Amino acid sequence: MQLTLFWIFSSLMIAFGLGVVTLRSPISCAMCLVSSFICLAAVFVTLDAFFIAIVQVLVAAGAVMVLFLFIIMLLNLQAEECRRVKLGVMLGGTVVVLSFVVLLSQALESSPQFSKPIPVLMAPSQDVSMIGMTLFHSFNLPFQIVGVLLLVATVGVVLLSRRTLR
Amino acid sequence: MTTLSHYLMASGLLFSLGLAGVMLRRNILIIFMCLEMMLSAVNLSLVAFSRYGIVNGIQNYDAQVLVFFIITVAAAEVAVGLAIIVALFRSRQTTHSEDLNAMKF
Repeated sequence: MQLTLFWIFSSLMIAFGLGVVTLRSPISCAMCLVSSFICLAAVFVTLDAFFIAIVQVLVAAGAVMVLFLFIIMLLNLQAEECRRVKLGVMLGGTVVVLSFVVLLSQALESSPQFSKPIPVLMAPSQDVSMIGMTLFHSFNLPFQIVGVLLLVATVGVVLLSRRTLR
Repeated sequence: MTTLSHYLMASGLLFSLGLAGVMLRRNILIIFMCLEMMLSAVNLSLVAFSRYGIVNGIQNYDAQVLVFFIITVAAAEVAVGLAIIVALFRSRQTTHSEDLNAMKF
């Protein structure tokens, strides 16, 4: 069951990711990215990470992508016109990406610890309470710092979007 | 049976797609979307490690808290980055990365 769900949603996720890289119109790219994020949330569910899956749908697929679509429509971007592709850039990019994938697959085959079956959970999953406990006990200081970071980001956005930058 | 290498391979493929997008695309908004994709690929590998690196019969929740932080920082980064792109578009009327060559060597 888990294997089937994993194959369905991870292949959908990769396919939509391919759409983001290849499609010309920014709106289609953004919609592909939303679908890719939702499939990623489904893959999180197959890993029993329910809270992270919900956060992924709400924040990444919801808030962030709405921001992207809003900016695309604000700037009134049309489909990218075809320009002459630089052969060196294309070739270099493809070589780097392919060598990354080949190296990763070799590294995953090299050690038996990556091919263990999935371990059985002892207790029923209590995702939200356990994440809350970890967040507020072990990671309290980073949590406060992230709060300050969000405040600084908000102030920065307000400053950047003023009409005259001084 | 799904193994850790299945998840790591899916995460690696998503990451390399994002990397390809960053290097091959010319629209800064799409480059930015591909950056988001790379961040979520990293999240997938962290959640997979949390599920497979089990402690006392429950998942390792430190990794999931780290994923939570990554999502938060990514949201802040998107807000600031899109504000910069809008400011850039106001002054240059373009989002094509080859037209932005004022700082090019």
